[in-house]
Amino acid sequence: MINPLRSEAEAFRFLIGTIVYFAAITIAVVAGGRWVGLGVFVVLSVIVLGWWARARRSERPVQTVPRPSAEGERRILVVANETVGGGTLRDLIHERTEGVREEVLVVTPALNSPLRHWASDEDGARAAAQERLERSLGHLRELGVQARGEVGDGDPLQAMEDALRTFGADEIIISTHPEGRSHWLERGVVMKARERFAVPITHVVVDLEAEKEEVRN
Amino acid sequence: MSVHAEVHHGPPTAHQSSRVNASVLGVFLFIASEIMLFGSFFTAYFFIRVVNGVEWPTPPFELPVFVAGINTAILVTSSFTMHWALQSVKRGNRAGLQAGLLLTFLMGLVFLLTQALEYSRVGFNTSDGAFPTIFFCLTGLHGAHVFVGLTILLIMTTRAFRGHFSPEHHHGVEIGGIYWHFVDVMWIVVYTTVYII
Repeated sequence: MINPLRSEAEAFRFLIGTIVYFAAITIAVVAGGRWVGLGVFVVLSVIVLGWWARARRSERPVQTVPRPSAEGERRILVVANETVGGGTLRDLIHERTEGVREEVLVVTPALNSPLRHWASDEDGARAAAQERLERSLGHLRELGVQARGEVGDGDPLQAMEDALRTFGADEIIISTHPEGRSHWLERGVVMKARERFAVPITHVVVDLEAEKEEVRN
Repeated sequence: MSVHAEVHHGPPTAHQSSRVNASVLGVFLFIASEIMLFGSFFTAYFFIRVVNGVEWPTPPFELPVFVAGINTAILVTSSFTMHWALQSVKRGNRAGLQAGLLLTFLMGLVFLLTQALEYSRVGFNTSDGAFPTIFFCLTGLHGAHVFVGLTILLIMTTRAFRGHFSPEHHHGVEIGGIYWHFVDVMWIVVYTTVYII
């Protein structure tokens, strides 16, 4: 996010911009009177706001590079709301961890409504996520995958970043519903995760209704 | 012994999902509080000026625009010397850091003393009506910020002369510099609004 007070250099640039902005308004007031000054103020404000909105849109997230694994070990981070499990995921984990010691962490984001999020009312969301997580871990155990889990932030990207900071990962597996039924796909979570995290990301589509699964690299 | 080994010492583990970096959140809260503080005084100023429709400054009062303009130039210049000080420490130039901080402090001090002199010679007081009251409140509020900035600068300058700060470790100068530029930005807004327009 653009923040003029993030560093001294940015604060200094912000100061220069402020000087130019107010100097233009002052010159307009002195030369043409208060109404001309007001016009310049409005025009400059619109330009600044437009530039700011554009800069915010084109801002690239800082890539998170997780710590490397120890030799003979492979850490896999699985991020899923309620679609974790299934033979495809199991086969995928087995394929990736063949011949090495595996460590699997399942993160279930505590999905919440925007109103509850802003009111910091997330106890219910976390409790529901904990229940889903326990079901997912049980399902993975049935499939022969030993994993541990934790409830993450309501924003799946933030949940991934948090997990990468503490767990690190050699690979992230994102499990979603099929297109059309997945909010995460609608919000471009997989695409944004690929931009933001410097680790291979595998997208597993689990159709719980049709019991079909698909892997997209 | 084994019991002690299992006991967790220190603060509990922080919640991971703060979403916003703690230092960025701190700056946002600081900006928000300052906007509210200055905003309340500017609201009073515009109320007196626009809603009441009185001429500004209310006759027979006059504002020392020229002296305040010179003072503005001094304060703006102090931001340049502040920036120079930080660039110097980043390049390992200790003399530049010391000179930059000392010049910034001196210019800030001149600004504050000039403002005090201006107050004593301006010819009106807070008891003379709404206009003088809001004038003293707005410029005084900014003056208080300059005073805080000068205190920070004094500490930074003393530390610089005692050999503190290096190209790798100069967080104290960085934070002080950010505050000083913020004080400058606020003065430009106050000067333009109160003295010029």
